[in-house]
Amino acid sequence: MTTSVDLVDYDEAVSRYDPVFGIEVHVELGTRTKMFDGAEQSFGAEPNTQITPVSLGLPGALPAVNGTAVEYAIRIGLALNCSIAERCRFARKNYFYPDVPKNFQTSQYDEPIAYDGWVDVDLEDGTTFRVQIERAHMEEDAGKNTHVGGEGGRIHGATYSLVDYNRAGVPLVEIVTRPIEGAGARAPEVARAYVQTLRDLFRTLGVSEARMERGNVRADVNLSLRTSPDAPLGTRTETKNVNSFRAVERAVRYEVTRQAAVLDAGETVVQETRHWHEDTGITTPGRVKSDAEDYRYFPEPDLVPIAPDPAWVEEIRAALPELPAARRRRLQGEWGYADAEMRDVVNAGAVELIEATVAAGASPAAARKWWMGELARTAKQQEIELADLPITPAQIGALQQLVDAGRINDKLARQVLEGVLAGEGEPEQVLVARGLEVVSDDGPLLAAIDDALAAQPDVAEKIRGGNLGPVGAIIGAVMKATRGQADAARVRELVLERVQG
Amino acid sequence: MSTDLTRLTAAELSERLASREVSAVEATTAHLDRITAVDGPVHAFLHVSADQALATAADVDARRSAGAPVHPLAGVPIAVKDVVVTRGLPTTAGSAILRDWVPPYDATLVQKIKSAGLPILGKTNMDEFAMGSSTEHSAYGNTHNPWDLDRIPGGSGGGSAAAVAAYEAPLAIGTDTGGSIRQPAAVTGTVGVKPTYGSVSRYGLIALASSLDQAGPVTRTVLDAALLHQLIAGHDPLDSTSLPDEVPDYVAAARAGASGDLRGVRVGVIRELQGDGYQPGVLARFNESLDLLREAGAEIVEVSCPHFQYALAAYYLILPAEASSNLAKFDGMRFGLRVEPDHGPATAERVMAATRGAGFGDEVKRRIILGTYALSAGYYDAYYGSAQKVRTLIQRDFTAAFEQADVLVSPTAPTTAFRLGEKLDDPLAMYLNDVATIPANLAGVPGMSLPSGLSDDGLPVGFQVLAPAREDARLYRVGGALEALLEQSWEGPLLSRAPELEEAR
Repeated sequence: MTTSVDLVDYDEAVSRYDPVFGIEVHVELGTRTKMFDGAEQSFGAEPNTQITPVSLGLPGALPAVNGTAVEYAIRIGLALNCSIAERCRFARKNYFYPDVPKNFQTSQYDEPIAYDGWVDVDLEDGTTFRVQIERAHMEEDAGKNTHVGGEGGRIHGATYSLVDYNRAGVPLVEIVTRPIEGAGARAPEVARAYVQTLRDLFRTLGVSEARMERGNVRADVNLSLRTSPDAPLGTRTETKNVNSFRAVERAVRYEVTRQAAVLDAGETVVQETRHWHEDTGITTPGRVKSDAEDYRYFPEPDLVPIAPDPAWVEEIRAALPELPAARRRRLQGEWGYADAEMRDVVNAGAVELIEATVAAGASPAAARKWWMGELARTAKQQEIELADLPITPAQIGALQQLVDAGRINDKLARQVLEGVLAGEGEPEQVLVARGLEVVSDDGPLLAAIDDALAAQPDVAEKIRGGNLGPVGAIIGAVMKATRGQADAARVRELVLERVQG
Repeated sequence: MSTDLTRLTAAELSERLASREVSAVEATTAHLDRITAVDGPVHAFLHVSADQALATAADVDARRSAGAPVHPLAGVPIAVKDVVVTRGLPTTAGSAILRDWVPPYDATLVQKIKSAGLPILGKTNMDEFAMGSSTEHSAYGNTHNPWDLDRIPGGSGGGSAAAVAAYEAPLAIGTDTGGSIRQPAAVTGTVGVKPTYGSVSRYGLIALASSLDQAGPVTRTVLDAALLHQLIAGHDPLDSTSLPDEVPDYVAAARAGASGDLRGVRVGVIRELQGDGYQPGVLARFNESLDLLREAGAEIVEVSCPHFQYALAAYYLILPAEASSNLAKFDGMRFGLRVEPDHGPATAERVMAATRGAGFGDEVKRRIILGTYALSAGYYDAYYGSAQKVRTLIQRDFTAAFEQADVLVSPTAPTTAFRLGEKLDDPLAMYLNDVATIPANLAGVPGMSLPSGLSDDGLPVGFQVLAPAREDARLYRVGGALEALLEQSWEGPLLSRAPELEEAR
């Protein structure tokens, strides 16, 4: 096992090598029950409570296909512009491992439910990259092993292992791309954007909660380098279980630099699976392809073929929700944002937030101003996602309504926002509690104006003489006296009335 | 009590139970006593569930006394092949790897049996995981043929056939992957039916070869087989290969057949399933039965099924391939036997290997190795792929033959019961026993074996009837007619000629 740690600088690597990659994404479907089994499936249940004889692979148990899972798989296939098979079969993938109760996984092999599709991926600069989809197929998840007694939960050195079969049989759809070529130096960004696009798609389609941190969506990244786009494909590696958007980007980038170093040294890339290490940001060798298991695939004799009625497929197609890319185009039109503005909103993950804020009564411009301004700065400071800020679109809508009603000005509004973020309650409550309402009664204002004029007689004199330049000094003094709660425009009117009238 | 209740057919017993001339507890007790008396030498049962059977019987009697409606077979005892899972009753499939395993659930057909109120007497012996034609591959000892205790009772369902032949049970459940219901029926002088694939749910049958396995009735008469088939058939959402059809009236077909009138029925004799390798006595009884069918008005035609000669070869690729995958779950991780390696670390992989090495018998290992090889990358097309093509050709042979005939017939097995140990060291000779029964499994069509007399050696000969898929009723009509005509000529059932077993005290 060679572990060359000398990496080639990324820019250097992509100047001399053309990366080609492919991604396999597994998504757990959010069906009530499992793929072939009446056992319920939900996240976080006590170990081995969501099981039946089928989940456990007990002697005599047989699978029966979950119709909802098939429908979800078809939804995914249609959203990825795939053809839907008129007839397809499940197959057994045979291998021994304790988290696979039957010692084979029921999957699809050469007859996937969906095939030959594509999806457009929007990149940060507003350009679009089309990824070709080879297939999307149905299969079942394995159980979950916990290794006890070893270092860091690894099997090596463990004294025993526990298996939770709750996850065994959870429906999965695996989406496989064709080799993605032509991304060049942008390969890491395209890879990340692709997985993100799929995640958004799963949520929009309602087929999965698609929560990366729960392992609902998992990615394997295949990558190879070649000397030029005209050269034949190089030897690839498959990096398993790259399970966040950022990790996908980093793993692609790392493999480019590692493989470039191997090739530069005159060595050959070993065809193997590799493990991704989130902490160190590197990959390490796993199984070499030559000792890969022979899975002895054959058609699953316990299940009859799936033959979705074409009319049903058309019903599903007609009922597909508006997909994320189309929706973004529609919203940009409705909101009247410039291309660059919309791109920033998308990149900041603010589309849903702004949509909800507009629905709560704010104008699109005001909604964008809040989320992309003050709130974006706060999120950046705290290093969290916009959506994770402790404030809701409804609260921003309510805040903006206070501004629109003239009850607070922009400066006061920022103070109210600060209060809401600090957990002081709804905008209205913060406003009252902090006493931030604009002073709209002329009485106190006139008193403050008279004080200011008396304190600055020279300024008052200039104004009376028709020089309006120094009015600001009086307004400033009044604002200061009212702790900013005065409407500056009204103060100006009153100052002029007082001096000239 | 003047009548020996164990000598009654299920249909007769059912009538006496219905008229309350006999109670279910009496009927069950009589059979349990018979098991105690003769099962030592016969060894049809691996487990006898006397308490549960009597409890079921008492419950049926109570329901009858209360005037509650009960199933016609309520109170008629039954034996179940040990490959069928039974909640709370040990289920081993004849294998050491499942020693003492007690399933937490019932097979669908067992649920039907339980809800109809048939007392389950126990579980019957079989070749390990139903691999064999003699029941000698059981990990729990041989079952002996009640006609001659030195001979095999057939297999894999030798226990169910012997139990019925020895009057230990009027009804039994068998499973048939390549003849495991029909061949034991033939060599024990009983009736066995392999239904159309999908007629009876496979949920809860410990799978041998999923695309071939089918459970069915093991009985002493054609009518009893129809009664039991009627009970266990029907669509099951837990088995996606089970047929959605309404269950036809098999009982009516059997009763109609018993009139002995077969006018208008075309009976096709399969040319390829006779001649070389078939004992003269077997062929003689077969031809006499054909004469009886002709006399009953049937038209006898000869049909050719040219691809049947490849059936055995195809079967011994498809079966091991599916079995190698189906038996992968027996690994010591979740249930059944667990063996740790003698030396070295007890890793999961090594425990799996040690468990499988210790828990599986030779025949099972032989077929797992064959099947693993047949499915390997690079060999799949040549072996499994080609075998599936042969299967298609055999299905076409059946389709063509059924255009010329309503049912097809052949001897069930080429020979009568051989001696224990005679073929144990020659797997290929053992496999040849199923040459006539295997084609039906490959095509999914139904088949029946019924007794057609005794061969020159005084042992029973089986007559096989095959029908198109979903036309199981034809088996009962033709089988019912032939049975009636034969019993007329014998002046009683064939089994009445079997030697009396010595009863233990």
